[in-house]
Amino acid sequence: MTYITKPRLHHPLLQPNALGFTRRDYEGKVSTLCAGCGHDSISAAIIQACFDLDLPPHRLAKLSGIGCSSKTPDYFLGGAHGFNSVHGRMPSVLTGANLANRELIYLGVSGDGDSASIGLGQFAHAMRRGVNMTYIVENNGVYGLTKGQFSATSDKGSKSKKGVVNHDQPIELVGLALQLGASFVARGFSGDKAQLVPLIKAAIGHKGAAFIDVISPCVQFNNHPGSTKSFDYVREHNAAVNRLDVIAPRKEIVVDYEPGSVERVAQHDGSVLTLRKLAADYDPTDRAAAITHLQAHQAIGEIVTGLLYVDPAARDLHDYLGTVETPLNRLGDAELTPGARALAAINQSLR
Amino acid sequence: MEPTNIEAPEYFHKVVDCQWACPAHTPVPEYIRMIAEGRYADAYMVNWKSNVFPGILGRTCDRPCEPACRRVRVEDEPVAICRLKRVAADNKEPIEDRLPRPAATPNGKRIACVGAGPASLTVARDLAPMGYRVEIFDADAKAGGMIRSQIPRFRLPESVIDEEVGYITGLGPVMRLGERVESLGALLKEDYDAIFVGCGAPRGRDLDLPGRQEAAANIHIGIDWLSSVSFGHITRIGRRVIVLGGGNTAMDCCRTSRRLGGEAVKVIVRSGFDEMKASPWEKEDAMHEDIPILNFLVPKAFTHEAGRLTGVTFEPVEAVVDEAGRRRLVPIGEADVHHACDDVLVAVGQENAFPWIERDIGIEFDDWGMPVVSEVSFASTNPKVFFGGDAAFGPKNIIWAVAHGHDAAISIHRHCRGEDVTVRPAPGVTLVSQKMGIHEWSYDNDVSNDARFRVPLRPKAEALGNVKLEVELGFDAAVGFHEAQRCLNCDIETVFAEPLCIECDACVDICPMDCITFTANGPEADLRERLSAPALNAAQDLYVSAPLGGTGRVMVKDEDVCLHCGLCAERCPTGAWDMRKFLLDMTHAEAA
Ligand SMILES: Cc1cc2nc3c(=O)[nH]c(=O)nc-3n(C[C@H](O)[C@H](O)[C@H](O)COP(=O)(O)OP(=O)(O)OC[C@H]3O[C@@H](n4cnc5c(N)ncnc54)[C@H](O)[C@@H]3O)c2cc1C
Ligand SMILES: Cc1ncc(C[n+]2csc(CCOP(=O)(O)OP(=O)(O)O)c2C)c(N)n1
Ligand code: SF4
Ligand code: SF4
Ligand code: SF4
Ligand SMILES: [Mg+2]
Repeated sequence: MTYITKPRLHHPLLQPNALGFTRRDYEGKVSTLCAGCGHDSISAAIIQACFDLDLPPHRLAKLSGIGCSSKTPDYFLGGAHGFNSVHGRMPSVLTGANLANRELIYLGVSGDGDSASIGLGQFAHAMRRGVNMTYIVENNGVYGLTKGQFSATSDKGSKSKKGVVNHDQPIELVGLALQLGASFVARGFSGDKAQLVPLIKAAIGHKGAAFIDVISPCVQFNNHPGSTKSFDYVREHNAAVNRLDVIAPRKEIVVDYEPGSVERVAQHDGSVLTLRKLAADYDPTDRAAAITHLQAHQAIGEIVTGLLYVDPAARDLHDYLGTVETPLNRLGDAELTPGARALAAINQSLR
Repeated sequence: MEPTNIEAPEYFHKVVDCQWACPAHTPVPEYIRMIAEGRYADAYMVNWKSNVFPGILGRTCDRPCEPACRRVRVEDEPVAICRLKRVAADNKEPIEDRLPRPAATPNGKRIACVGAGPASLTVARDLAPMGYRVEIFDADAKAGGMIRSQIPRFRLPESVIDEEVGYITGLGPVMRLGERVESLGALLKEDYDAIFVGCGAPRGRDLDLPGRQEAAANIHIGIDWLSSVSFGHITRIGRRVIVLGGGNTAMDCCRTSRRLGGEAVKVIVRSGFDEMKASPWEKEDAMHEDIPILNFLVPKAFTHEAGRLTGVTFEPVEAVVDEAGRRRLVPIGEADVHHACDDVLVAVGQENAFPWIERDIGIEFDDWGMPVVSEVSFASTNPKVFFGGDAAFGPKNIIWAVAHGHDAAISIHRHCRGEDVTVRPAPGVTLVSQKMGIHEWSYDNDVSNDARFRVPLRPKAEALGNVKLEVELGFDAAVGFHEAQRCLNCDIETVFAEPLCIECDACVDICPMDCITFTANGPEADLRERLSAPALNAAQDLYVSAPLGGTGRVMVKDEDVCLHCGLCAERCPTGAWDMRKFLLDMTHAEAA
């Protein structure tokens, strides 16, 4: 027999986290993606990040659109809430959910087709409104699920598996997110979990719109010579600006780096981001500089990765709207129908 | 680390923990799969070729394979490897037509075997079909050695001994039963081409304590007493029995006593419970039959009255570890305790005795009275004389006797052809892919979550009523199937081809046991620390690839707790992992 689910047995030394869960408890159903798909590695990174953060799975809501990438929430955190929405519409469904209940942790999982092609408008508005979420695009440069057509993030000059050249200008989601006001912007690679896991942890700890573009090779349709989203190409052109460590709130910070080579950023939730610089003078709190750096390196064919920008003092949509803190489903009749006198007072204030 | 040489037969052999631990290197997972498929006769023959006595060993083996079983490390209890052998033996269809035929023409060589225990019988099994005239001498009237004379019938019915000894006597050796060899010197003069000494370790140690002579009528040497029971000379024992000793013989003595009228039977041991030599399951079986085991009591004297045994006095002790790290038993200063009884069985050890071997016939003995024997060829210092089984290195067990027998047969064959006996034949090794289709493997890779199944027992009252009634009922076919499914198929090896790997991490992510890591190479001790899960079991190898094309890292797989589920190969997009069946076939005399 084959196509078995992952056996329940695990390594005898597998450690539990503060909640008593092992990493295996954060898994989901068996993946139906192609063997070797980068998306599965991102799922594994999300599992590791949530385990490391001691997140109770039921406090997390996973929302996605349509695509191989958007299928993945089924393959991690089986105990979390999930909503597999319409193609390109994850951001608005997530925004609605977030407005109704701000107590959950929101994870939006999307693809480059889902977010840069059909869902570009939705993506833009979630970023500019500052919806408190972690927005992950599993970026393979193609529509994997519909058999490998170029997507809007496919680089100009990149070749399809059949040799067809893409002539359209790519949409650079990281650049867009920076311009649109996202308060946390990062890029990772599915083939480098040491880099990706801390990025996801930091994004989850961030208050505001946190965006991570994860380059994720499609082994089936976009991992050939001539592709700019293949394992080999990304490894050869990867230009990381920094290496991130996320130090949980209340954990002692042990310094083992050369002075001046490390930057520390304290986040809202009390965690501390320790950034080991790889690119000299790169300042991840300077939005304009980040945009410039990105464009300069893109022009010479490099793929900039790492934590590109973070605004630790960011505010989110709820702050801007002044919404009620209690989730709507916990408001009682008294709060929801304050009565004729309250209505009269409001009317009076508008006269 | 250097890339692992998977061509060396021992590399994957070590991964098959049970087969590696089995003295005869029985291909365990191979026969367990056959049992799961209901191919009992095939499973029996795989065993028969390796260990000669599947039905006997399936009830009595010391099972060094089971503590080695990978299931112990990933779950808790080993696969019931031993009792699965019995499932094959009990359920097989007739196998006579699969046995080798007696040789059509003799090859003119004559071999004498002294003793008809498992060691000699294995020599005969290997050499008789090749045309050797094998003559087996035994003082007893029936063949089988201690299998027949010592192991109680309630553990091993005589019909099973008759069947499996019969398969060997059917190969045409000359059975000279009832003939004790009184002089090896005389035997040497009869011009055999080689002599194999498989006479066992026949002497039970005595306890020379005050009262031993006076109460002699009710003090028995365990192994002598057991053989008297086996041969029907003894059928009763007193109501209160004390068994002295903590080994497997003591366990057989006490359980036999319970069946011969012993109502209050106690085992009293010098050492602690955990240090006892008896296998854990033997102790369990004894306690199940209401036999208490008392520890840390050193016997001091047999008490008697009017020439009759009345009991034994003991000094209470405790175990103390001295400066040199040795455990010693020291008195705790309490008063001696007296245990009253009607009979005592002394089971405090077994010794070799070679009164029939002259010391001037070229066979060297060491200071402890043991012959000097090569652990490789089993040759003594007289090139014509080989030793094996308990006679070679002291009392062990059946499966070691069989392994010695196979090895000695190879040596005898080489000796008879004038070849160097220290040159040993390599085992036959094959490694064959099990891939049948994109998602199809030729073995059942789903990992069972069942806990080890217990072998059902006959109701206690019934079992204790008859010393010849087998107490274990064995697994039925259905339970046998489920127990067989617990086997992890450790012989289906993960084989890695670095040129194909694109370093996508799919195998790392899917592996349920965190066995696989892609990392920078380093010395072994350092690598073991920084794998996906630390590899702390140094007895298990790391499988290290050559540097990979993409990043120059290496693939490191810790073999320790791999489930052989094949998910790595299933998930690999390029086929860099493959699942291949490793079959190691020991070369016996015929092919040597
Ligand atoms: C009580 C008891 C229980 C045991 N239970 C188990 C068990 O459950 N599982 C297990 O694996 N092992 C068990 N053993 C050990 C096992 O029986 C022996 O290790 C094994 O039988 C040794 O085989 P062998 O071929 O070396 O010799 P043996 O089986 O000892 O056979 C030697 C034979 O040589 C004959 N012989 C000796 N001297 C001469 C001579 N001069 N001339 C002619 N014949 C001679 C003897 O009569 C005997 O038949 C047990 C042993 C004892 C004492
Ligand atoms: C409204 C709508 N239009 C088109 C489709 C067809 N469709 C399904 S998935 C997909 C592209 C998905 O691409 P991407 O988001 O990059 O995901 P990937 O499969 O590459 O991970 C398309 C166009 C659809 N399901 N719904
Ligand atoms: S088609 Fe591409 S993106 Fe979809 S599962 Fe297969 S490899 Fe992954
Ligand atoms: S067979 Fe492969 S996936 Fe399964 S436990 Fe072993 S290394 Fe891991
Ligand atoms: S799944 Fe295959 S290609 Fe991918 S890393 Fe593992 S061995 Fe290499
Ligand atoms: Mg895509």
